[in-house]
Formats: sequence, C-alpha cells, structure tokens
Amino acid sequence: MKFLRTCREVAALVSEREDRALSATERAVIRAHAFICRRCTKWEAQVSFMRKSMKAWGNYRD
Amino acid sequence: MTDLAKFADDVAESRSYLLRFARLQLRNDAWAEDVVAETMLAALEKPQSFGGRSSLRTWLVGILKFKIIDCLRANSREVASSVNTDEDAELEDLLFVPDGHFRGDTYDWPNPEQTLNSKQFLEVLDVCINQMPPTMGRVFLMREWMEFSTDEICKELQITSSNAWVLLHRARLRLRECLQLKWFGNGPAKTST
Repeated sequence: MKFLRTCREVAALVSEREDRALSATERAVIRAHAFICRRCTKWEAQVSFMRKSMKAWGNYRD
Repeated sequence: MTDLAKFADDVAESRSYLLRFARLQLRNDAWAEDVVAETMLAALEKPQSFGGRSSLRTWLVGILKFKIIDCLRANSREVASSVNTDEDAELEDLLFVPDGHFRGDTYDWPNPEQTLNSKQFLEVLDVCINQMPPTMGRVFLMREWMEFSTDEICKELQITSSNAWVLLHRARLRLRECLQLKWFGNGPAKTST
C-alpha cells in the first residue's frame, strides 16, 4: 500500500471515515498527509462541520 | 377546546414541516404525501403514546422515519431500478487537478457554532440538499438524517458499498461547493457581524 497519496485520494478517505471504520494504515495516511497539506486539513474540518450541520438540520423546528 | 382537539390541531400544523423531510428523502411527491398522511393518522390514532417527553415534532419525525422505511421497502423494486450510481461522475475531475491536488484554493469557514444556530443557514442547507441528483440525495439523507449504516443503505437500494461511499463522498464535495457559494462566499446575508 502506497503511503503518500494525492489530495484526491486523501479527501475520499476523510469522507469515508464518516461512513466506515478505516484501517490503521488508512488513518496513518490521513495523519501523514495533514502535515504537508493545509487544503486537506480544511476539508477535514469542513466534513466534520457538515456532519454537525446535518444534525442541526434534522433537529430544526419552527 | 378539548385536549384532543388541540392535539389534532398541533399535528395538522406540523404537516408542512414533515412534508419537507419526506420530499427530500423520497424524491417522489406522491410517496411523500402518503407517508406524511400515514404519520399523521398514526399520531391521531394513538395520542396517548405521545408522552410529552420530547417535542411533538420530534415525536412525529420519529414516526415519519418508520413510515419512510416502510415506503422504501414497499416500493423497493422501483427504488432500486431508479438508482443511478454514476451521478456526478465528473465532479471530482472538476474539483481536483490531474495530479490529484485540490483545484484552486480551499475555503475557511468562520464561526461554525454561530452558523449552526442560524435558521437561514438551515434553509440554505435545504436548498443544497434539494439540488443533489436524486440517488445521491437519497443516499446522503439515509446516512445523515435516517442514520442508516452503509450496509443498511446498500441493502435497501441494492448497491455495493463502494458505490455508497463514492456517492456519499460526492454528496459532501457538492455540499461544500454549494455552501461556499450560497452561504460562506459572497452569498446572501450571514449571521456573523
């Protein structure tokens, strides 16, 4: 398994982390990538924000 | 007004609220009308089972989710045949350059906590979810709103888990672009000062 991946691959892993349990290697790939890539770090924050938004959306009542 | 009549009124008033969820999840207006009608009937038949522990709408949404699952199962053949796992296949090519980097700059989203409390923001979310292609929208809401596992989604829609992961990933990429455009970018009014 290749350790250094492109943003495109890492972005997909970050997304999949919301939907399945990643392997230890996959988690390490994300951590290693975060050291060198600010854009993917922002994507991580956005993915977690979107999850929270959907919770708020589901609880929204007026 | 009796308590029961008041209860019936409150249930009736929640109709459009329930319909909004049902439409977005089912992507079929006739089915959405049906599940909402069934939900309201079920509520009116058993007013005593609403214990007032949660708000009425939370309780109704709980019933609605069961009715939606029933509806998806009753129409499983039609649901499965309308599934299109190629939706937005070119999206990643647009958002990433050929060597795999994000195209252009990615965005900072300020004031996340404040944003989540904004009613306008949640309405923008509605619009963004509504704009997703049908299969993607269904899968995304099954995951994020119905809180199904990927396995359950695959079973209901008869798709593979890798199809489900790809659709969920594209849904998030799309949602990010939509929120950037309609909320965080130069879009309409924001809650931040």
